[in-house]
Amino acid sequence: MKTNNVITDPGQEDVATYDVSRRKFFQLAGGLAGAGLLLASCSKGDSTPNNPMASGTVRLGSGDTGILNYAYALEQLEAAFYIQVVANSSFTTAFTDPDERARLTEIRDHEVAHREFFKAALGSSAIGALTVDFSKIDFTSRSSILSAAMAFEDLGVSAYNYAGQLISSPDYLTVAGKIVSVEARHAAYIRDLVTPRSFADILDSNGLDVANPPSYVLSSAGAGAYVKTPIDYSQLPTL
Amino acid sequence: MDFKNILNQIEQADPEVFEKISPRRHILQSFGSKVALAAVPLALGSLFNKAYGKKTDAVVDVLNFALQLEFLEYNFYYQAVNTSGLIVNADTLEGITKIMNHEREHVNFLYSTIAAMGTPYTPPHYSGSSTSFVSPASFDFTYRGAFPSTVFADLELFLAVSQTFEDTGVRAYKGQAGNLQGTANHPYLLAALKIHSAEARHASYVRALRNAVGFTDEDGSKPKPWITGKVAAVAAVDANYGVGASGYPAEDNTTQLGVNITSLPAVSGTVSASAASEAFDEPLDKTTVGNLVANFFAA
Repeated sequence: MKTNNVITDPGQEDVATYDVSRRKFFQLAGGLAGAGLLLASCSKGDSTPNNPMASGTVRLGSGDTGILNYAYALEQLEAAFYIQVVANSSFTTAFTDPDERARLTEIRDHEVAHREFFKAALGSSAIGALTVDFSKIDFTSRSSILSAAMAFEDLGVSAYNYAGQLISSPDYLTVAGKIVSVEARHAAYIRDLVTPRSFADILDSNGLDVANPPSYVLSSAGAGAYVKTPIDYSQLPTL
Repeated sequence: MDFKNILNQIEQADPEVFEKISPRRHILQSFGSKVALAAVPLALGSLFNKAYGKKTDAVVDVLNFALQLEFLEYNFYYQAVNTSGLIVNADTLEGITKIMNHEREHVNFLYSTIAAMGTPYTPPHYSGSSTSFVSPASFDFTYRGAFPSTVFADLELFLAVSQTFEDTGVRAYKGQAGNLQGTANHPYLLAALKIHSAEARHASYVRALRNAVGFTDEDGSKPKPWITGKVAAVAAVDANYGVGASGYPAEDNTTQLGVNITSLPAVSGTVSASAASEAFDEPLDKTTVGNLVANFFAA
């Protein structure tokens, strides 16, 4: 059992590390965060101490289903992040402007809607709930939150932009397009909170936004830094 | 990227490759000088589409449609930035100038990409050049006289129209994605999606700016960076947020792939109609977009 994932802030009700599906449980049992993670880490029934995560690996699958699960995984991460941002008792001190709090709460609601949409659209093909670890983020700090939010939003845009080519169904491509532009709206808004008028400073010299393949997006340079559940994306379509 | 090496490898696989592409051999020689560097892979791809007889007409149509919108946007911002007294706030001028520069980059990128495989679009009465792409005579920013004031004399109207252009641009690119599917078109779809999200970043900035300075949408609400319902900035452009031809829903749509978003669980209760609308931007078809922007082009 890895224990270095178990990180809680004694000064907060919120848990820094938790299983997305157990959010309600933790809201009831905040003080048991550490124990909760223990449950989450063991929930896939692993019994091999040397390789505790292996049996908990999530397989995204192949074809369009794999891509939708890929998007579902990213939306799970984003939703979990903003839920924690807004639920944190420091939210009103980290963000003193009520308009900013309103926008961040709206972004949370968008990400939850995206997450639940993919879950519903995938039905029985949907991957399970991922375990996330936000211990690197200080949820009492405006700059720490915004820095993470910016990384998540820019990463999400780049993931959808690349994945478009990998989608077969025109309907799925369209719905991915419907979501990516909203993520880009988020990204621009968050960027301007970090640095005014940096909303599109990530574009290249042709005015083109970023695209990143799943191998990068899910790596430790991207979502892999926060998602503890191993994700097998080897069956995803490639170019 | 080592193009000579790539070409050599292709020549080994197909010794006649240079004969097949010979009418366009000069394009290869111009790489690195006339063609923007990032446009090269697209130009190269289109070159081989031609050489190997793949159909690119549909792709050219889509890219020219995009070029038309980018011409419009770039000229709109160019005139605004060069109208003294319109954008007096230095921060606002910086933000709008950034958008203007992106639109010019989009024009250049699309123009050079299309030029490698077909004839790039130019607006009516086009009097600019391929280096400036500025042509005031080509456009009518009075919207055939429908606007309540002069767009370059009224910052509030200018930003309202800017919001409309950016939101509509997002809808237009999104509506074309399906026409760029297929392995042979991957580079074009990728490029279109990269512009699509860039336009969404613009839209977000302009909306947040309008909110910050106290400008409101047509229903009196302060705009958010995302589109709530189908509320336009000014009534004259209501239709830009409405339904399109061929069953394209309005921006207030709350059903995606048959899933009623408002029936899904939220942090508390179910997803609100406003969140369901904001969380998904809607595409628009080419015909509808063409009709919506037609009044911005000179007759």
